[in-house]
Amino acid sequence: MSLPDLLTWPYVVITVAVLIFLLYIARNPAHQAILAISRIFYNAMRLSARSVMSAESKLQQRNREVLLASGMNAIEKKLEREFYRVNSVVQRDLQGYPALHRSMSDLITRIDEDYRESTESPPSPPAWLDAIEAVSKIPSSEESLVGNMLKEIHKTLKSHHKETMDQYRKSSGIRHSLLKKMMPFWRKLTNTVDDVGKTISGLMQRAEVIDKKMLEYEEIRKGSDRAVRILSSSSMTHFFTSGFVLLIAFGGAVVNFNLIALPMSEMVGGGSYIGSFKASNIAAMVIILLETVAGIFLMESLRFTNMFPLIQTMDDKWRKRLIIWTFTGLLAFACIEAGLAFMRDLIAADIQSLRQSLAGVQEQESSYRWITTAAQMGLGFLLPFMIALVAIPLESFVESSRTILGVVTVSALRGFAFVLRLAGHVSKYIGQGLIGIYDLLIFPPLWIERLSGNKAKGPKVTEKEEVQP
Amino acid sequence: MRNLLSILLLILLVVGIGCVDTKSHAKGIYMLIDTSGTYTGELKKAQAIINYLLGTLQPGDSFAVASIDTGSFSEKDIWAKMTFDSKPSRANSQKRAFQEAINMKRASVKGSPYTDITGGILQGTEFINETGAGKKYILIFSDLKEEIGKGYVRDIPIQVSGYTVIALNVTKLRSDNIDPREYMERVEEWKKKVESSGGTWKVINDLEKLDRIFE
Repeated sequence: MSLPDLLTWPYVVITVAVLIFLLYIARNPAHQAILAISRIFYNAMRLSARSVMSAESKLQQRNREVLLASGMNAIEKKLEREFYRVNSVVQRDLQGYPALHRSMSDLITRIDEDYRESTESPPSPPAWLDAIEAVSKIPSSEESLVGNMLKEIHKTLKSHHKETMDQYRKSSGIRHSLLKKMMPFWRKLTNTVDDVGKTISGLMQRAEVIDKKMLEYEEIRKGSDRAVRILSSSSMTHFFTSGFVLLIAFGGAVVNFNLIALPMSEMVGGGSYIGSFKASNIAAMVIILLETVAGIFLMESLRFTNMFPLIQTMDDKWRKRLIIWTFTGLLAFACIEAGLAFMRDLIAADIQSLRQSLAGVQEQESSYRWITTAAQMGLGFLLPFMIALVAIPLESFVESSRTILGVVTVSALRGFAFVLRLAGHVSKYIGQGLIGIYDLLIFPPLWIERLSGNKAKGPKVTEKEEVQP
Repeated sequence: MRNLLSILLLILLVVGIGCVDTKSHAKGIYMLIDTSGTYTGELKKAQAIINYLLGTLQPGDSFAVASIDTGSFSEKDIWAKMTFDSKPSRANSQKRAFQEAINMKRASVKGSPYTDITGGILQGTEFINETGAGKKYILIFSDLKEEIGKGYVRDIPIQVSGYTVIALNVTKLRSDNIDPREYMERVEEWKKKVESSGGTWKVINDLEKLDRIFE
């Protein structure tokens, strides 16, 4: 029987009818198989999603711990610095407090003595005033003896009054001069008291800062959500700002590289290669990396950064030596780079002159060439120090990137879990859809079954409500 | 700790050995200048190309300029040859000296009756192979019409595998103007000759586009 014979409609109808019948017979096992397969996928996806979410929650917990630990560390550092400042204030200003107190009490004693000496003592009235009063009551004429006596008494009294007044003025003058002498002591006393006041108010301010930091520290120790939120946002800010600064530093490193790559070829040769890179380029890169390393060690030994515990715990004597070595190294690199920049200018000028002569153009000497030479040398000297400072944003970037990396990983895990759950649900509904399509293919026998009064038996396997992961 | 350091050193050593590149990155260029017949009038252009190359070549590169005459497979035809020093300042001085040597030679050049391009290429490969250059170029400044003198055997395959052979300023002859197929056949013949020997063939007639040489 050839293919065209087989494709005639009676054969097709019979074949389809047989197929439908076979599918009808196999309906229940087929439904079970479809459901089982879809459930296998669904459960596998759900379990995977649950496991991913468990990993996500562990990671989140870990991130939280890391964040709190780094926050605590940062606050501890700040508190340490504040206490150090308080200590230095106390040592500087209040350590000499006994001496200050003594000086103040000396000043007060001196002022007190001077004050007492300067108190005004009113002149005592003469003791014979009562006698004069009695004599003055005696009746007398102008030319009598009594009159003469009174005149004499008046005269004596007047001279005595003048004498007393002179004495009083003199003593007043002495008192005033004593009070004048007291002025500097008063001023000194006032200044000393002011100084003490300023120190005390500075200490009060430090105490307020310490109080605030202690509250933050308490919050972090409790592990409150607010503290985590604050730390997380602060970490994000640090990440972007330090990343931006690092990007700028990278630009500086590129400029530096271009400044020293050409003269390096004069030293290591322009035709030698390491791998597919020019040896002179690698040498220039190594110099820049060494400068970065020296900068990192310098910042570390100056305690501006805290990346290497070994340097932090180093004996002060050795730490100071390290500061001197690294700074000397940086200075040497800066001088070398300034020299290389000068050399670069010479080589570039030589190449330019060669190209001009090859092109048949007359060479022109620029009177402003010294400016570019000086600028290149200045850049060559300064850039190593600028690159050295990269340690500070680098530390911040590394620390904050831990948090950021954690947050990104958590988000990725969440996304992955969502995709797994979605795939599980899709497989579940695909299974249900396939059952529907199966029933659609065998609808004639199902319809006949329904007409004959027997309800089509649904699949024995029923979908259980799945617990959402 | 010591074990860790030993492992680190070992890794560094392995990586270091892996990084060593035995391939040379230097360029070797042999330029052939046709001095036959009317082509001597084109020497100014050849000078311009030489100057361009001197300005472009890097320290460590090798450069030679030779003339194409009746028998070009000879060191006597080399006008100037040099491997530039690896230090840029010295290389610049060498380039100046090279330019001077070419200027002097150009002034005293005499036209030759025959054009032995194959011999020149053979001489060029010999020179470049000796330099050990990684990138090899043979530049032919000629109209590509080869005329071999009596008794000279040049019906031999050229060994230019790994070379880039560039024909520069391939001028059209009077006969080419009458029948352009002659020109095309001439260029095609050289292309086949080079490519069948494993070389790469290029033609640069526009001297404003000399940067295509090292593409």
